[in-house]
Amino acid sequence: MKAYFGRRYLVSASHRLYTPTLTTEENCAVYGKCNNAHGHGHNYVVELLVGGAVDRETGMVVDLVALDRTVDERILDRFDHANLNLDPLFADRVPTTENFCRAIFALLQDALPAGDLEYVRVEETENNYFECWARG
Amino acid sequence: MIFLTRRATFSASHYYWNEAWPAEKNQQVFGRCANRNGHGHNYTLEVTVAGEPDPVTGFVVDLKWLKDVMEREVLSAYDHKHLNLETPEFKNANPTTENIAIAAWSRLEPAINSAGGAKLSRIRVYETPEIFAEYRGEA
Repeated sequence: MKAYFGRRYLVSASHRLYTPTLTTEENCAVYGKCNNAHGHGHNYVVELLVGGAVDRETGMVVDLVALDRTVDERILDRFDHANLNLDPLFADRVPTTENFCRAIFALLQDALPAGDLEYVRVEETENNYFECWARG
Repeated sequence: MIFLTRRATFSASHYYWNEAWPAEKNQQVFGRCANRNGHGHNYTLEVTVAGEPDPVTGFVVDLKWLKDVMEREVLSAYDHKHLNLETPEFKNANPTTENIAIAAWSRLEPAINSAGGAKLSRIRVYETPEIFAEYRGEA
């Protein structure tokens, strides 16, 4: 039987929305407060949903401890308490939460201990979140 | 099509153990969850049904009716119970969050789908605010 296992993680990180392809004034107009030169931060909540067959012996889609280890190594060690703009992934991409969400999906997609990544949701604040789904 | 979700909470204890395995393997695979004295959670059950709003009432389903179905079919069996010891579906299967979601589906689907209106679409069970499982009736 196919079921889904979901897990939520906290990632506190800073970022600044700025693109060198626009002028200073245009950056300010497009990104507003998020363009502040010194950056700002969020408590991002990263939610994963992993789909797969429920293992008959364990009753699990994916082992929580193994999943946590993967997410620790691939995501939390890299992004928690870090400045997203300084990560090589964002050298030529603005660290919007859209791009952050897609980056997390790409980093985890082929690294899960079991199951398939159904979606990654990144909540930037309590009032906005972004999802990247396996299909589309 | 409208998707309507109703939440309820229940508190229950459980442990993870596979009788076919030696104790060492159970402890290795399930860690602290293998403590045979059990431990507990405040679970949140989310039941999502899908359907068209009734042209007269504007309801997909009557929420009070859905609440009562959830209470009768699931909460009365799970709330303040030891899932391994007191529910037949977990006599031979681990009460993991995944299996609780599947079992809740089995308990709710006949009552909801036979009512003639909305169909059961999704079950979510939160074991903690950070850990949850979902079942959509897939084989």
